[in-house]
Amino acid sequence: MTFQGWFLILLFIGILLALTKPIGLWLFALYEGRRTPLHVVLGPVERGFYRLAGVDPTAEQGWRRYALHMLLFNVALLTFTYAVLRLQGVLPGNPQGLAGLSPDLAFNTAVSFTTNTNWQSYGGEATMSNLSQMLGLTIHNFLSAATGIALAFALFRGFARRGAQKNGVGVIGNFWADMTRVTLYLLLPICILYTIFLIASGVPQTLAGVVDVQTLEGARQSILLGPVASQEAIKMLGTNGGGFFNANSAHPFENPTALTNFVQMLSIFLIGFGLTWTFGKAVGNTRQGWAILAAMVILFLAGVTVTYWQEAAGNPVLHQLGVGGGNMEGKEVRFGIAASALFAVVTTAASCGAVNAMHDSFTALGGMIPLFNIQLGEVVIGGVGAGIYGFLLFAILAVFVAGLMVGRTPEYVGKKIESREVKLAVLAIAVLPLMILGLTALSSVLQQGLAGPLNKGPHGFSEILYAFTSAVGNNGSAFAGLTANTPYYNGLLGVAMWVGRFFIIVPMLAIAGSLAAKKYTPESAGSFPTTGGLWVGLLVGIVLILGGLTFLPSLALGPIADHLAMIRGQLF
Amino acid sequence: MTKDLSSALRPAIVLTLLFAALLGLLYPLAMNGLGQALFPNQANGSLVRDVQGRVIGSTVLGQAFTADRYFQSRPSAAGKGYDGLSSSGSNLGPASRALVDRVRADAAKQRAEGVLGPLPADLLTASGSGLDPDLSPAGALAQAPRIARVRGLAVARVRALVAAQAEDPMLGAAHVNLLALNRALDSLSGAERR
Repeated sequence: MTFQGWFLILLFIGILLALTKPIGLWLFALYEGRRTPLHVVLGPVERGFYRLAGVDPTAEQGWRRYALHMLLFNVALLTFTYAVLRLQGVLPGNPQGLAGLSPDLAFNTAVSFTTNTNWQSYGGEATMSNLSQMLGLTIHNFLSAATGIALAFALFRGFARRGAQKNGVGVIGNFWADMTRVTLYLLLPICILYTIFLIASGVPQTLAGVVDVQTLEGARQSILLGPVASQEAIKMLGTNGGGFFNANSAHPFENPTALTNFVQMLSIFLIGFGLTWTFGKAVGNTRQGWAILAAMVILFLAGVTVTYWQEAAGNPVLHQLGVGGGNMEGKEVRFGIAASALFAVVTTAASCGAVNAMHDSFTALGGMIPLFNIQLGEVVIGGVGAGIYGFLLFAILAVFVAGLMVGRTPEYVGKKIESREVKLAVLAIAVLPLMILGLTALSSVLQQGLAGPLNKGPHGFSEILYAFTSAVGNNGSAFAGLTANTPYYNGLLGVAMWVGRFFIIVPMLAIAGSLAAKKYTPESAGSFPTTGGLWVGLLVGIVLILGGLTFLPSLALGPIADHLAMIRGQLF
Repeated sequence: MTKDLSSALRPAIVLTLLFAALLGLLYPLAMNGLGQALFPNQANGSLVRDVQGRVIGSTVLGQAFTADRYFQSRPSAAGKGYDGLSSSGSNLGPASRALVDRVRADAAKQRAEGVLGPLPADLLTASGSGLDPDLSPAGALAQAPRIARVRGLAVARVRALVAAQAEDPMLGAAHVNLLALNRALDSLSGAERR
């Protein structure tokens, strides 16, 4: 570890903390449906969209209606992309003349992008035409992100509103309005500026296809160009992570310099940081938001420390062969160890899943942290919207546990937490271990599952475990040695991604609806304080124990066994 | 519930199409236009041409250097090596026999060339993309004696060239671009010959 490395990490956190309130304020304006300066330009677009779609943006929805409308929209998007990918061969914008995708791969990819996972069973440059990248994939990068933020708004309203009912049902906003506003007034404007920055830094943006090159040594090389920058911007900002190229943000055309790398990391966390502030503002006490952010940042820094330490220490197996320094297998020279380790922890703490180095080739424990981050439910900052609503589920469990310890009715930000909310929160959180461990176990015994891993021994098991963890957690990064483009993995991972997204969202919206209908319970001397250090510590503990403990046995079989083999020099 | 569903049908379909047009066509195409107007060189891949105008590579993207007279590039898992249509890392785990066999063979080659001390890690490891355009300064300097011998240059000249081309960004790691370095090497040799 170097001074320069730690400087990078602390500068990264410092800049984000400085941006938390400004971006949080902007999000709060959208949460409230207030007019922003951008309405002058984009207001007519918003109103036009509503008119054509027959949407009344002021119509309040109960949680069932909100959920159903959100689901149906996602099914429509899924169908659209499935069709674009299948028909790729006959559609224009295909300079490489690529064929349409197979049914299982098109299904997997369409689910992957709809659920904000962006798992890449496909190989980017070898599979996707320019039109598919733009029309099939880029739109999801916007809309799955906007959906996540809309859902977070819905839950915020559950906590913030006091006895908000219509026909006896708690109302939590309008899905179409939330989703449209976030897309138009937040994601699109930032992406336009971001794209220009990326192009200036060397990221291609063209409809041209392949350029043939005669290298300095006289060999031939084909260089693929495309509309990379416009997709790259929203890929990071929306915590999507699906790259234009197979190698994702390790590819020099996606991420050419140390500066683009730094900005990409910032943009993964930007909205997640801001949403914690928006939550505090929405419930009338910004300290509530800072307390959540503090717990997240503590968990994040612990993860960065372990991964950076392990990667900088390097691989003892290679040291035996005379190789010096840290672990550079799978890493790019221009980023080096610190910026690669930081990126890996950021992308898995959030549900981004973009990678600037190959996690599969990390040291055993250095690669365990990304895996563990996803298993915690990606609540350490987390995906846009998904991170904060996931974390608030843990907060509900935390006040419940605290209530049990001191023997009082649990309350959180002025709302009584009763058995219905606790049951629903447990239901949402239980989906993760059930699906991840169940499907990993299945694939570790079935022939089709065992055909996947590239590496042998415990690392091969880690590859399977990582795949299902990433799919259910909607992350999208991989231990990419796994051959996942088979009907077995495409199908099972597709189902895992769908369940992992929507089986958490529906109980979460049910909580939002039930909370919105409740009266405000003012804080009293008997209330458990949810702003101080004790609360932050409790949150960290609950996330680690309830979120993490379930997965320890699987980690012992994978990365920990791998680590013991690595330090003994046992090869597979 | 059926009423909830049917009321969602029109917005779901109409907004899918409208957003597809806005975000899937208008946005990327407008960015194409802006990029081509403002930064045509970068938007088209930062291509490098020789004096005859032939494209010889991109300043951003790595290409294979295997000859003894050039600074050689890192091992690559992109296709058969530096394949621009097949970016990939090796994805070999830390205790992989295949990884150890590859590194052992490459390390023996370095030792045969007379490299002493700890071997620069980047020289013996495959990058994440398989298209890494750079080497660490240490990885380049380790090759300086070989290049000096093959080209009949003073080792100090070659080392000075590496130092002159190296960059050390605060937010990343020290590196030297191989295409630029090797072109500088060619022009240096050309100048000496004249």
